[in-house]
Amino acid sequence: MSSTQPFEKNVRPAGEVWVWITGVGLAIGLFMICFLLAVIAWNGLNFFWPKPLAEISLTEDGRSDFRGERTVPGVIIQRRTLTAENLSPSDADLLDLARDNRDFMREMMIFTGNRDLFATNNFAFLNMGEITSVEFPRELIRIERTEWGDAIGRPLELRFADGRVLGADDPAFVSTLRDQVDEVRDRRREIIRIERRQMGRINALINREELEIRYLRSLAEPSDAQRRELEDRLVRVAELREELGPLTAASRILRDQQNQVRLAFEVVGGHTQVQPLGDIINFYFPNKMSLFQRIGWFFWKVWEFLSEYPREANTEGGIFPALFGTFVMTVLMSLAVTPFGVLAAVYLREYAKQGPLVSAVRISINNLAGVPAIVFGVFGLGFFIHEVGAVIDQVFYPRMVAINTPVFGTGGILWASLTLALMTVPVVIVATEEALAAVSRGVREGSLACGASKWQTIQRLVLPAASPGILTGLILAMARGAGEVAPLLLVGVMALAPSLPIDSMFPFVHLDRKFMHLGFHIYIVALHSPDTEATKPLVFASTLVLILMVIVLNLAAILIRNHLRRKLESAAF
Amino acid sequence: MSHSFQTKVQARSAAEKEPSTQPDFIQVRDFNFYYDGHKQVLFDLNLDIPKQKVTAFIGPSGCGKSTLLRNINRMNDLIDGIRHEGDITIDGHSIFDPLLEVISLRKRIGMVFQKSNPFPKSIYENIVYSLRVAGRNRKAELDEVVERSLRGAALWEEVKDRLQESAFGLSGGQMQRLCIARAIANRPEILLMDEPCSALDPIATGKVENLIHELKKEFTIVIVTHNMQQAARVSDRTAFFYLGKLIEYDETEKIFMNPGNPQTEAYVSGRFG
Repeated sequence: MSSTQPFEKNVRPAGEVWVWITGVGLAIGLFMICFLLAVIAWNGLNFFWPKPLAEISLTEDGRSDFRGERTVPGVIIQRRTLTAENLSPSDADLLDLARDNRDFMREMMIFTGNRDLFATNNFAFLNMGEITSVEFPRELIRIERTEWGDAIGRPLELRFADGRVLGADDPAFVSTLRDQVDEVRDRRREIIRIERRQMGRINALINREELEIRYLRSLAEPSDAQRRELEDRLVRVAELREELGPLTAASRILRDQQNQVRLAFEVVGGHTQVQPLGDIINFYFPNKMSLFQRIGWFFWKVWEFLSEYPREANTEGGIFPALFGTFVMTVLMSLAVTPFGVLAAVYLREYAKQGPLVSAVRISINNLAGVPAIVFGVFGLGFFIHEVGAVIDQVFYPRMVAINTPVFGTGGILWASLTLALMTVPVVIVATEEALAAVSRGVREGSLACGASKWQTIQRLVLPAASPGILTGLILAMARGAGEVAPLLLVGVMALAPSLPIDSMFPFVHLDRKFMHLGFHIYIVALHSPDTEATKPLVFASTLVLILMVIVLNLAAILIRNHLRRKLESAAF
Repeated sequence: MSHSFQTKVQARSAAEKEPSTQPDFIQVRDFNFYYDGHKQVLFDLNLDIPKQKVTAFIGPSGCGKSTLLRNINRMNDLIDGIRHEGDITIDGHSIFDPLLEVISLRKRIGMVFQKSNPFPKSIYENIVYSLRVAGRNRKAELDEVVERSLRGAALWEEVKDRLQESAFGLSGGQMQRLCIARAIANRPEILLMDEPCSALDPIATGKVENLIHELKKEFTIVIVTHNMQQAARVSDRTAFFYLGKLIEYDETEKIFMNPGNPQTEAYVSGRFG
């Protein structure tokens, strides 16, 4: 036997437990992120998928909202089990019924549509015990309308203005309906073009004149020049109104044409509805669709959601203005925050003498990043709007101040962007400082030894070398700024803005305009719409778009950064 | 070569001093140097560096040879809390003249660093950097300077076909020769080399040493080196520093063959340091 001490047996390796605990921590974090994204993606995308239409038959003596109706059309949303605790007292007899048939303790939630007919909130709960059958007839049609939401029914016939009637059993029915709806859609676009673009432009000019007129009229003792100006402006308004005349007539003719053809359909239960085509946006037969048609429909709906204006108080239609507003605001914010943050960081890192004062400034900047967002909103309101905006108005728009119609002295996209820029500037400063510090001393000394001044060194070598890091800071700033809602509430966001911040009206970019924002849109749709159950899918879809938009903005910045990095490594500039 | 520094007292200096032809081009007089205000690293240095010769600074680490070298083009200005006494003159003009534009000083002094530091730019842009920052952007002139400098640094044949490619694609030895080409692009009078071969393999070192032989026809070269053989091979005069003091300064041959000071002898024969 050897006399040396044997090594200790490895019973419980030191530190092993901590490996597991830290690993579990990471796993939980990753799981939560994936779960969050999955929930939003599933619910958001599900909104666009064409769902089968059911025809649900009920027993004669049912207790549902449809007592008296024998069949109900709808999209099955979910099934759920009732518990004795959450039964309302009037439904207490269900417990007895359930003893024989467990189905009485289960409920089916359906989307009924046909809001104009049923006067319900689009949704209904049916007791499963009272359901006799659920069928999916192929001929059921779902009609998207400009008012009253979707309609679901069985098409009967098309009624033309000249009294001609085309029955649903005619082989040409679907294609004729499609043609007619397309025609209506083209005409609707034309109406929008006339009313929103041409008439909108004239109306905007009239509004401007009328504000001036209001001011001139408000004067107690107008001078001769002002009197003359008032008359001129009144003449101008009259001229503009005359220009409106033919446009109004044109749009009225189109509008009349819109409702010449009508579609009759039978809502299950026997009601016949006659729907003027003018209100129909689109229609489809989900039960007849093949898989490819469904996929095509899905992408079409996604595109519609992104490109259309909202309808019916944000409960239907698309989110284009909110998307656009968020995008413009984020870009304006980036334009404001980058030079400001980079210059501040260059001074702090390159020029300021490092000492207690600079350290204090640096700590303050870091703390600024932790200030609650709403505080910046209050600052934006108090400083940008009430101070800066008021001064701008007094200098450039004194007449608007006199009649109490502030231009920049009220919330707008400029102030919102600057407020967010202020909120995110610490992120840019910190990232830029780190990037500057990472530029090697050797390069700086080499440059100085070549006879470059300090600024030349910074401008020609240090900033280009630091640009990937600076962009990383901008990415973080954008990620924080694009999704922030709280400060915007105070500085110019709107649930429904009448116009976009950028359009074809001179001067094209309207920094004083109020705007829509996706984050705020989500909040409004989720909590402030007449039927929050109906808008739930909309909320998920909007959230998904917001997340995707932040990802796309970040991705763009990352691509630019990587491009710069490659350029730096291959030194092509 | 002996146009005066572009100081605001240029006219006065020119009037007072005739262009000098003296061999002692760089003069260090009673020079003391301190870091952090009080930590003295150079002690009472007196040293004359002749024109168009190679002068080597040798000595163990921390002896102050690099510090002195970096004082000649005032690279130490970057460091907070430095202080000096005494004076350094180039061609009779003090480099510490408060009215001197330090950029004009550095334009006349090229510098090569221990660690090659090419800029993150193309080979071409690396070379012409010193011209560009001086506002000289004429294509023909730049092209000519690039070829002359690269030929001067014995790099032209190797890189002439890829001037627009990144400087980071070069090998270590090529990078250092690129830095030398960059340092001589603006035709300085003095070339400071701070251990230029310490990161190079023997073949690259040999190339740089041959280069130094060529360059001394045109430039006044001051080289800091840890490599005794290198000092013996390339330099005309050698200064031995120890603990911030100049121990011995003489013809290279004398320093290595017949040193006057026992410390010098111990160092060059490898018994300490």
